[in-house]
Amino acid sequence: MCLAIPGKIIEILNDDPLMRSGKVSFSGIIKEINLAFTPEAEVGHYVIAHAGFAISTLDEKAAEEILMIFE
Amino acid sequence: MKYIDEYRCPRKIKNLTDAVKDIVTKPWKIMEVCGGQTHAIMRYGLETLLPDFITLLHGPGCPVCVTSQEIIDKAIETAAEKDVIFCSFGDMLRVPGTKKDLLSVKAEGGDVRIVYSPLNAVKLAKLNPGRIVVFFAIGFETTAPANAMSVIQADRLKLNNFKLLTSQVLIPPAIEAILSPPNTAVNGMLAPGHVCTVTGYENYENIARKYEIPIVVTGFEPVDILSGILKCVEMLEKGDNRAANQYARSVRREGNLKAQQIISDVFQVTDYKWRGIGMIPDSGLKLKAKYSKFDAEEFFGAVELNDDTNDRCISGLILQGVKKPDQCPEFAVNCTPENPLGATMVSSEGACAAYYKYRKSRL
Ligand code: SF4
Repeated sequence: MCLAIPGKIIEILNDDPLMRSGKVSFSGIIKEINLAFTPEAEVGHYVIAHAGFAISTLDEKAAEEILMIFE
Repeated sequence: MKYIDEYRCPRKIKNLTDAVKDIVTKPWKIMEVCGGQTHAIMRYGLETLLPDFITLLHGPGCPVCVTSQEIIDKAIETAAEKDVIFCSFGDMLRVPGTKKDLLSVKAEGGDVRIVYSPLNAVKLAKLNPGRIVVFFAIGFETTAPANAMSVIQADRLKLNNFKLLTSQVLIPPAIEAILSPPNTAVNGMLAPGHVCTVTGYENYENIARKYEIPIVVTGFEPVDILSGILKCVEMLEKGDNRAANQYARSVRREGNLKAQQIISDVFQVTDYKWRGIGMIPDSGLKLKAKYSKFDAEEFFGAVELNDDTNDRCISGLILQGVKKPDQCPEFAVNCTPENPLGATMVSSEGACAAYYKYRKSRL
């Protein structure tokens, strides 16, 4: 239920604060995602999306760090 | 898939399980709170890779599982109403009510639709002014901002035909209930990464201090789950009873403030009856009075909660980490995903269904 997956923003569609949305690619599957909770997210960023909403912008440095430790 | 595949790497999984073996000296019981994590643990067989000293207990973090029967009955009754378009996330359709499920309402001609986002339900309300669109707003804190935003948008569009049937649950009061005597089976906890993405984890720092256990905010891929377990074992061995964050790519300490803002604008905290566990004070959300015109219970009548006990099903004990699914005499005998007796068998994230799907095939 709390499944949320990372996808890459390929286009910002609407910059109204409440309706802010973008096209997000989940490995090629493109969905329109509401970006109202991630005003900092821009084209090229990855967001974690749940129920049609981005709930965070993925921190790429933190993402790499955890992988390096267990190499 | 970037940011997914690398967290499923077999070499890293092996390194992590070796690291756990190297440091563990005592038996520890660790609860993963979230059903998504339970599902991943079973799917990748992570339990079988860990040393015998580590027991994983499966927590209450499955919103589909803990939604009370009375609310499901209300959903079924509402969905059968003439002029209603009933919208729900797909996983609620097969959850059995007292007599039937939402899928059978649909088969009987009810207009039941699966939506991916609550905003799709708002759109349907706009397109169908002559009908009442009811959205079944279930979920934890992860889903609450999306559900809250649907109300804000419906309000903005001045829609009078959009209603929310709310069953929103909060994690911290539930884990406090699990950690309070007499249920003290748990030594350490993995906190749910996507709930904490929204709420942050300051609350979990307080719980760790109060109940003197380590709590590790953890993600959902095998490398995430194992690094959460490794961190938790490290802290247990040292007696370090704090909260830590192993899912930093998504979770910030303060959480997502914009999402928290909209939750507190639309919802207020209320008591909630968890299926299998019972009433937990201040563990749910309901619409604030200023949004009552979007409340399905105001429109169709309030849900009446009963005192339900089904003595054949021990899902309440399973949700609290006291028992495991294969300790239930009904498991895989009279209770299967096709014919579930309790909610932990209905959702693929429920511990009983996860055991059934992945354990049974390995026997
Ligand atoms: S196996 Fe079925 S009856 Fe037993 S606890 Fe799980 S859901 Fe309940």
